[in-house]
Amino acid sequence: MEEKVIVCKDLTKRFGDFYAVNKISFEVNKGEIFGFLGANGAGKTTAMRILCGLSYPTSGEATVAGFNVYKQTEAIKKNIGYMSQKFSLYENLTVLENIEFFGGVYGVPSAEIRKRSDNLVQKLGLTAEAKKLVGSLPLGWKQKLAFSVAIFHQPRIVFLDEPTGGVDPVTRRQFWDMIYEAAATGITIFVTTHYMDEAEYCNRVTIMVDGKVEALDSPANLKAQFKANNMDEVFYQLARGAKRSGD
Amino acid sequence: MKQFLVFIRKEFFHVFRDRRTLLIMFGLPVAQIVLFGFALTSEVKDITLTVIDQSGDVNTQQLIRKIKSSSYFIVNETSVDYNEIEDAFKKGTAKSALIFPPNFGNDLQHGGKAQLQLLTDGSDPNTAKTVINYITAITTAYQQQISPGPRLPYTIVTESRMLYNEEGNGSLNFIPGVMALVLMIVCTALTSVSVVREKELGTMEILLVSPFKPLLVLIAKAIPYLILSLANFILILVLAVFVLDVGIKGSIVLLFLESMLFIITCLSLGLMISNTTNSQQTALLLSMMGMMIPTMIFTGFMFPLENMPKPFQIISNVIPSRWYFLIVKSVMLKGLGFSYIWKETLVLLGMTTVALTIALKNFKTRLS
Repeated sequence: MEEKVIVCKDLTKRFGDFYAVNKISFEVNKGEIFGFLGANGAGKTTAMRILCGLSYPTSGEATVAGFNVYKQTEAIKKNIGYMSQKFSLYENLTVLENIEFFGGVYGVPSAEIRKRSDNLVQKLGLTAEAKKLVGSLPLGWKQKLAFSVAIFHQPRIVFLDEPTGGVDPVTRRQFWDMIYEAAATGITIFVTTHYMDEAEYCNRVTIMVDGKVEALDSPANLKAQFKANNMDEVFYQLARGAKRSGD
Repeated sequence: MKQFLVFIRKEFFHVFRDRRTLLIMFGLPVAQIVLFGFALTSEVKDITLTVIDQSGDVNTQQLIRKIKSSSYFIVNETSVDYNEIEDAFKKGTAKSALIFPPNFGNDLQHGGKAQLQLLTDGSDPNTAKTVINYITAITTAYQQQISPGPRLPYTIVTESRMLYNEEGNGSLNFIPGVMALVLMIVCTALTSVSVVREKELGTMEILLVSPFKPLLVLIAKAIPYLILSLANFILILVLAVFVLDVGIKGSIVLLFLESMLFIITCLSLGLMISNTTNSQQTALLLSMMGMMIPTMIFTGFMFPLENMPKPFQIISNVIPSRWYFLIVKSVMLKGLGFSYIWKETLVLLGMTTVALTIALKNFKTRLS
């Protein structure tokens, strides 16, 4: 029996009459790369915000890393990492200062921060840039650094909200190598994306349409189920029935 | 606690790496002090006075010497013809002129009464009035000096003193004003922008997802600006004391504590603005337009509040700097103690509480 790190049951978020998230249920296993797909406005971001402890659900149940999303948001926050579609590092801080800041905010001891940041800078090949402002780095490097910072405190789960937006294909590929590497160390990856080729890299994929989970399986099974050649077609078949669009 | 220090360190990096912020923060007070201290002074000094002496006798010479020896006038004795004087005024080469008619000395010695004419440029009434007052004072003094005869049976001598400012130092009034203005702008505008910037860049989300307490985010944001504002306050004081010769009569400790309170008031306003807006431009516009202009107008250091219509006087009560201005004037210039300013202190405390409450309420609703 695999360990479940995220469990959702009938999770609902309502704003007035509008069901942003409508009774979604799924489970995510430890070390899994879990893709979260959906058109703009399908409710991905709202669901993710609930799981990160930023927003309370209207009804339903959910636990993240074993903690309840209603009562234990503080405990959840200590156990997760987060990287948003917007750039999530400080541009006018240097590479090292960013690492030190986020490490410090998550309560990593100073000695440990120094040790890990040395390793990290070396691994990313940023030794020469360690004391440069992050704002001067190319976007691809920034995103890789942002991901490394998001998992710097060794969280149990990391939430990635469209992490590769605007990044070139080569860097995207390298980015996914980093994701695989992190997953191999036991970190669960919860990732939203618009790129369907990236969906193929996930162990399992959820497709949300109009606030509901319309499909949940491995990419291979989904393609077989919808008799499609690739994830793009699967997505298109599901999303074309959507009534909502835009943010 | 360590998290908190890490956060504050980061805020200092932001401030020190941003040239514009630094410039606003430390350039503004220096510029204001220099401007108000030297350029925008209401004192009248070194006025050029054109003298036309058609008499040229002992009395006129003595009087002219007396005028020259006062520090107010630069006497211009070029022989302008009486008929050309109006042209000189039109051209602007003369702003004030003193004309002795022929036989001035003779009339004075023998008739006991002589006339002289003083022309001033009324398009600048402030200077014109001052010139008239000065010349009148000098001629009156001269008149008493040359008539040692029996005094009038009744004389009323007005002995005037400008309390708290015996030397008539014009810097006195605006120093408290500049302090209020600069602290207001620096604290309110910079704090609000620094919070909104995180929202704009998306880093606020990262902070909210972190175990760092949202309330601490606000406090950690405010603390660097509190420290920098105190540094700023000290800078203004030093400039005031050493460059503009404004002494501190009262307790420096009291002045410091009251300024700290005012800074906290401004920081709360900044946080309030930042939690109700979502873009740096809006925040800056609100804090500049919403704070700076009312501060300039309603603090009382540029335009006396007593002369304003009643509605404006009432409006001025909600401007925090108005109360701080009174406090600084009382403590710094008059040397008064806390018993004289507790009311103003209470008003500032009240404003701080209201602003902070609104700021926190808005911050919380954003989270759920």
